[in-house]
Amino acid sequence: MAHQVPAVDYLVLDDGEPHLQAWACSACGAMYFDRRNACARCFSTEFSRRPLATEGVVRAVTRVERGAKQPFTSVVVDLVDGGTVKANLTGVDHPGAVGPALKVRLRTFVADVDDDGVEAVAFRFEPALEQA
Amino acid sequence: MSADDVWIVGAAMTPFGRFADKDLIDLASEATLAALYDADADMGDIDVLAMGNVYEANSHNGQRLQKQVGQTGIPVFNVVNACATGATAVRVAMMSIRAGESDTGLAVGVERMGKMGMLGGGYKKPGPKQFVPAGRYGSVVKTEGLLGTNLMPGVFAQAGTEYALRHGVTQEQFAKVAQKNHAHSTLNPLAQYQKEFSLEEVLAAEVISWPNTLPMCCPTGDGAAAVVLVSDAKLRTLDPDVRRRAVKISASVMTSDPYVDGGQVQPDVNTLTRMAADAAYEQAGIGPDGLDLVELHDCFATAELLHYDNLRLCEPGGAGDFIDSGAPWRDGRLPVNVSGGLLSKGHPLGATGIANIYEVATHLRGEAGDRQVAGAKVGLTHVIGLASACAVHILEARPAA
Repeated sequence: MAHQVPAVDYLVLDDGEPHLQAWACSACGAMYFDRRNACARCFSTEFSRRPLATEGVVRAVTRVERGAKQPFTSVVVDLVDGGTVKANLTGVDHPGAVGPALKVRLRTFVADVDDDGVEAVAFRFEPALEQA
Repeated sequence: MSADDVWIVGAAMTPFGRFADKDLIDLASEATLAALYDADADMGDIDVLAMGNVYEANSHNGQRLQKQVGQTGIPVFNVVNACATGATAVRVAMMSIRAGESDTGLAVGVERMGKMGMLGGGYKKPGPKQFVPAGRYGSVVKTEGLLGTNLMPGVFAQAGTEYALRHGVTQEQFAKVAQKNHAHSTLNPLAQYQKEFSLEEVLAAEVISWPNTLPMCCPTGDGAAAVVLVSDAKLRTLDPDVRRRAVKISASVMTSDPYVDGGQVQPDVNTLTRMAADAAYEQAGIGPDGLDLVELHDCFATAELLHYDNLRLCEPGGAGDFIDSGAPWRDGRLPVNVSGGLLSKGHPLGATGIANIYEVATHLRGEAGDRQVAGAKVGLTHVIGLASACAVHILEARPAA
C-alpha cells in the first residue's frame, strides 16, 4: 500500500476510523483547525487536541460551476457534538435538493499523488445512510 | 446640530467600468477634483487626506495623488480594509476632524481592477510535486475545490443558503434582487452596466456559484469616488450655497468580526453587520423606519437579501417576503440600491465605500435626476469586506434654514 499523508493536518488517518481533530481551547472550549497563537474568544494560550465526530448536519451549501476544473458542491457542516467544517459533498445531484438539517457523514479519498508516489488523503461528506 | 457634527460638502464619483487608458491616479484625481469643485474648495483648503485602495496599497497612493492635484504638506493616511476600504478612508478623515486636528478632510477611494476574474483564488507552486505540510492547516495540496470553496462567490452563496435553509428563501427570491438592481442601474449614467434583465433571464444565466448566476454577481472594474468633509464650525464659515447642500454624517460606525463558533471556517457576514447597524441607529437616534433609502453591500444577490435582515429593514427571517413585497424597489416602501448597487453599478473595491455615500448624499441633496428618491431626507450606507470589516453610515439632509 502506498504511503499516505493527510491533505490537511486536522485529518487523522492513523488512529482508528479516519476523523477530524480540532485544537480546543483549554479555558473556554472554542475549537479551531489551524495552528494557534491564542484563543480568539477568550485569549487563552492553552490548547489540547480534540477528536471530532464523523457525522453532522449541513448548514450551508453551494455548487461552484465557474472557476473550478470540475463543478463541485461545497458544504458547511455542523458536526455532532461540536465543530464546524467546510468540505465537498458528493451523492447529491443538485444543491437545491439539500434540505434543512440534511445529515451527512465523513468519508476519505485519495486526492492526489506526488512525484514520490505518496498519496494525499482528503475528506468529503456524503448523505448519511438512512437518507441516501 | 452639535459642535461635534461632521458634514459632507463635496461628493463625486467617476463612472465605474473598465478604463484601459487611465491609471489609478488618473481615476483618483478625477474624483478628487470633482469633489473639490462640488465643495467650492481646492487642495489648499484640505487639512488631512485619507486615501483608500486595495490592490496597489503599497504604492503610497495618497502621496501620488497629491503630486497630481496639489502638494501642501498635510498628513496623508493610506488605508486598506478590503471592500470597506473607501468607508475606512471616510472614517479616518472624520476622526481627524472629530479629534480637532483638522477642519476640512478629503477622503478618496480608488481601484483599478480591469477584468481580473474571481477574487480569492490561489496560485500554482513551481518545482517538483512533493507533499510537504505547509501553512496553518498543514496542507499538502491546494484545498480550494477539494475541501469546499473559499472563493468569494462560494462564500457568499453559502452565506445565502444558510439563511435560505433556515428561513425558506428560494433561488427565485435571490434572483429578484439582481432583477431589481439591474433595473435600477438603467437610470444611473455612472453605472458599469445599464442593462435590464427579466427574472427569467437572471435565473437562466450561467451559474457561477449556486444559487448565484452571472447577473447575481458583481463585476470587477475601475473607478474612484471622493468626499470633502468639514467640521460644524467650518461649515458655518462657508458660502450659503455650500451650506445649503451640506449633508450631515449622523452616524459612522465600523466593526470587525467578533468570535462566533464556525466563523473561521465560513465567514460570518451577519454578526458584524448587525453590530454596526444597531450602533449606527443608536448613534443617529434614527431607526430603520426613519430611512428613505439604503445603499448596501450587494456583492452578490444572496448578500443583499441577508442584509435586509441584518440592517433590520425587514422582520427577522423575513428577507424573502421583503423582496417579494417590492419594498426595496425605487418606488417601493424603502428603496435599496437605487444606484444599481454593486451588482450593476460595479464594485471597484477601494471606491465602493465612498461611492455609496456619494449616491445617498446626491439623493439627499435632491440632485439624483431620473433616479431621485422623492423627498429623501435620511439614508444609510453599508459595506462589508472579508474578513471582515463593516462600515455603516447614516446621512441626513441639512434642514432648510
